Amino acid sequence: MSVRRLAPAEDQPASFSFTEENERWIEKQIAKYPDGRQASAVIPMLWQAQKQHDGWLPQRAIEAVAARLGMPVIRVLEVATFYTMFNLEPVGRWFIQLCGTVPCHVKGSLDLKQVLLERIGDQQHVTADGNFSWLEVECLGACCNAPMLQINDDYYEDLTPDLLIKLLDDLAAGREVKPGPQNGRHASEPHDAVKTLQDPALFDGSLVGSWRKRFEQQDVKTPDEAKAAGEVVPPKAPEPAPAAAPTPQTEKQAATATGPNDPKPGRPDAGRPEHSAAADAPAQRAKSGEEPVAAAKQADASDASSKEGSETTGEPVPAPQSEKSEEPTPSRPSEGKPAAAADEPEASKAPRGRSKETE
Amino acid sequence: MTKIIVDDVEVDVPADYTLLQACEAAGAEIPRFCFHERLSIAGNCRMCLVELKGAPKPVASCAWGVRDCRPGPNGEPPTVVTKSPMVKKAREGVMEFLLINHPLDCPICDQGGECDLQDQAMAYGVDSSRFHENKRAVPDKYIGPLVKTSMNRCIHCTRCIRFVAEVAGVPDLGATGRGEDMEITTYLERAMGSELQANVADLCPVGALTHKPQAFNGRPWELIKTPSIDVMDAVGSNIRVDARGREVMRVLPRVHEDINEEWISDKTRQHVDGLKLQRLDRPFLRENGRLRPATWAEAFAAIAAKLKGADPKRVGAIAGDLAAVEEMWALRSLMTALGSPNIDCRQDGSVLSPAHGRASYLFNPTIAGIEEADAVLIVGANPRREAAIVNARLRKRWRIGPLPVGVVGERVDLTYDYAYLGAGPESLAQLAKGGEFLDLLKSAERPLILVGAGIAARPDGAAVLAAVASLAAAVGAVTEGWNGLAVLQNAASRVGGLDIGFVPGEGGLAAPAMVEAGALDVLFNLGADEIAISPGAFVIYQGTHGDDGAHRADVILPGAAYTEKSGTYVNTEGRVQQTNRAVFPPGEAREDWAILRALSDVVGHRLPFDSLPALRRELHAAHPHLAALDEIAAGDGRATLDAWAALGGSASSAGFVSPVADFYLTNPIARASRIMAECSALHVTPALEAAE
Repeated sequence: MSVRRLAPAEDQPASFSFTEENERWIEKQIAKYPDGRQASAVIPMLWQAQKQHDGWLPQRAIEAVAARLGMPVIRVLEVATFYTMFNLEPVGRWFIQLCGTVPCHVKGSLDLKQVLLERIGDQQHVTADGNFSWLEVECLGACCNAPMLQINDDYYEDLTPDLLIKLLDDLAAGREVKPGPQNGRHASEPHDAVKTLQDPALFDGSLVGSWRKRFEQQDVKTPDEAKAAGEVVPPKAPEPAPAAAPTPQTEKQAATATGPNDPKPGRPDAGRPEHSAAADAPAQRAKSGEEPVAAAKQADASDASSKEGSETTGEPVPAPQSEKSEEPTPSRPSEGKPAAAADEPEASKAPRGRSKETE
Repeated sequence: MTKIIVDDVEVDVPADYTLLQACEAAGAEIPRFCFHERLSIAGNCRMCLVELKGAPKPVASCAWGVRDCRPGPNGEPPTVVTKSPMVKKAREGVMEFLLINHPLDCPICDQGGECDLQDQAMAYGVDSSRFHENKRAVPDKYIGPLVKTSMNRCIHCTRCIRFVAEVAGVPDLGATGRGEDMEITTYLERAMGSELQANVADLCPVGALTHKPQAFNGRPWELIKTPSIDVMDAVGSNIRVDARGREVMRVLPRVHEDINEEWISDKTRQHVDGLKLQRLDRPFLRENGRLRPATWAEAFAAIAAKLKGADPKRVGAIAGDLAAVEEMWALRSLMTALGSPNIDCRQDGSVLSPAHGRASYLFNPTIAGIEEADAVLIVGANPRREAAIVNARLRKRWRIGPLPVGVVGERVDLTYDYAYLGAGPESLAQLAKGGEFLDLLKSAERPLILVGAGIAARPDGAAVLAAVASLAAAVGAVTEGWNGLAVLQNAASRVGGLDIGFVPGEGGLAAPAMVEAGALDVLFNLGADEIAISPGAFVIYQGTHGDDGAHRADVILPGAAYTEKSGTYVNTEGRVQQTNRAVFPPGEAREDWAILRALSDVVGHRLPFDSLPALRRELHAAHPHLAALDEIAAGDGRATLDAWAALGGSASSAGFVSPVADFYLTNPIARASRIMAECSALHVTPALEAAE
């Protein structure tokens, strides 16, 4: 979209008045609104003026609408320049609006654009015979029949460059054209053989309704499953627990395990380093009371070859670690996890990040 | 009242407050661009974001009501945080977006130094841009001779649009296009039509709209700022005179809630170039029909010679519309000493007189009181031209709620709807007989009858005032606690002059009689330029500008304009205010009271004061209410009605005409101003031509 202004003075008609038929129509429109709200009829009136005046709005029409509704002219101009459907400059007899939004774009609207450029010329430029002008617009809402364009009031869909050239030829020659899909398709039905509903999988419950079945199964839970999912179960006897933390075996268990234990914070933080434990930022170090990294060490850190030296200083430098590790947290007795987990070797209890360092 | 916690401070505010107001009540400062407390809320700049506990995102505090906040989980008051890192980051984001398209031309921008964007960028801006595209470029628009546009700088706060649509009531400005292509403009770049239009440049938080006459003239920090009072009309708008060296650079409004809120009219603001042009900077003496520069001594000697053998009954004095109370007091004292009863401060020939009581020439309901009125009848006034600020207040009242307004007089656009009741005294009589509007006035609790000072200046002024008085009595305009009789003066000096009794004494002549041929031998003209003086009399003109009065004068004594002296002015409400000296008078011009004091010595009647404080002591002893600055000494409304009703005479059938035909050219200073001439040529001349 670009700045929209009224057409230059040489294109402007000297006067504008609604036809008698339109006057009657306007009266009906204005009567729709309560007293003192007549200005609400501004968009229908502008639209009717545009229809009456070969598809574009001259300055005099804007002034006529303002006078008719008792509005300041600038208020009507605001509306007319706001909505791109009001054409402020002359358009061709066939005014083409080419959809250039993503679905049409991937289906080849660029090729159609090339055709229009070659056939008609630049956008918002009326051909010498006054027949055509075109404009690239945003989505016209017929993506299932992409690529498409609108000519005056009708959609012409499923176009290819050849079909578009033929369409333009037909229009120019005055032959009748049929709105809608141009490739023989009916409405937005599948173009080839219709077989969508013939797949048996649709009806045996394996495809349609499988989600619901999964949820129904989840509701009926056995104690074993609940325990495996990490819920609080009074320990009966020390059981040989798996060496590592309970790993979700199935997708279903993972879903139930992570849900309530990891609530989404009610308020997003501002995204600053000190709010997030995910990064090893200086601000975060300061917050947790750690010594700031000396400038010399920062310089070292950037040089891989000097890494050895830094370790010989004797001060253990903690490696970056995260509380939000994607690894499951090792179980702890205090959290109600199986007690056996507490007997594990030190190494496996340590966070994975640190254990890497010890290796 | 609703409790709310702002930055750990609990405040109790009305529920209809916005969060922004509540935060300010709690002492927190909220940055803003689009929000203005006297305009409707737009909520489009997003600079006032605050953190509201419980809301998922920062909220725009200007558009979020206190009553819309949820309490805490245990019923605690809602909590707002204005200084959290999240708020700062959010505002920094807004500022970055605002600056994306804002040009970096502060060094050449007239708003520099008083720019909201500049100030707030100091707190929320970043030092460099992450925007690598081209900046938006917008053509500048012509929107009139008073406001210069630099549309690249516009941040689309829409304050200007809201001001002209809501306060000024002349919806000329609008925003065309949308999104990045939005542009502020008038329809086809016509000039704005309001007489309050220059206020949009004050409202503009950036340098997009600046004052055209002051373009590239100075920086705010090099100006000496003097609080003062405007004398362009009788409203007494509070202004700030910004001067550099000996030159008044500009006039800006000062906030006075009871008078001008924070608006001033275009004439008040942009007449300042008239203070430098056409000035009388030395005494002049007429010799052989031509004025020649003279010394003070020569001028005084000429006056003394004329006064020497003159019959006191054939000596008179007229005070003009810009005279301060002090010089009128000095002139009155001098005339009393000379034994002359011929003094008048009503050069328009008005019959308003202190004899009818102080309430008979005051805007009794007060300007702020307009907001309490519930029905308004305007008789013979065009408040839009005579007192634009009063008209803005009437419009404000009209916007607050249903207000029946009736007009007897000219049929003009007053920026609000009114019932047109007729043109002249006959319509007034018709109204008094009965009818729908009379019933409205009668049923109103506080009816306001706005009487233009112009009707008292008509030949049948007394009869019209009597008719107004009987109407006011019939509708109960003057009751206990409400005096709805509002005389709208249009001369800054008038109320002060009437207060000190600058009116003809026993057997004295009024102004129209004084200027008639053969009435007087010596006429002292204190800045009265709107009255034609017939040939014959020896005229001493004391004033500031080479205007009509000076052309007729035989001796010219150069005085000081209101920016060059400390003078007392009483506005149409009866509110006493003082101007302050911002600059010195040009050349040999002197303060007016001092000229009269010096002259009195030469003519042999030395006035008993040697300094302004001494003069004021004497003045305040005689009229104590003039000592109470910014106060209104109310008059007795009932006595006024009785006094007016006793006035007789028969009214003519001529329609009421506002005495202010050209809003921009009402006094010598404004007539000397190029800007005012341009405005007049643009707005008034075509209207007058169209009317013919």
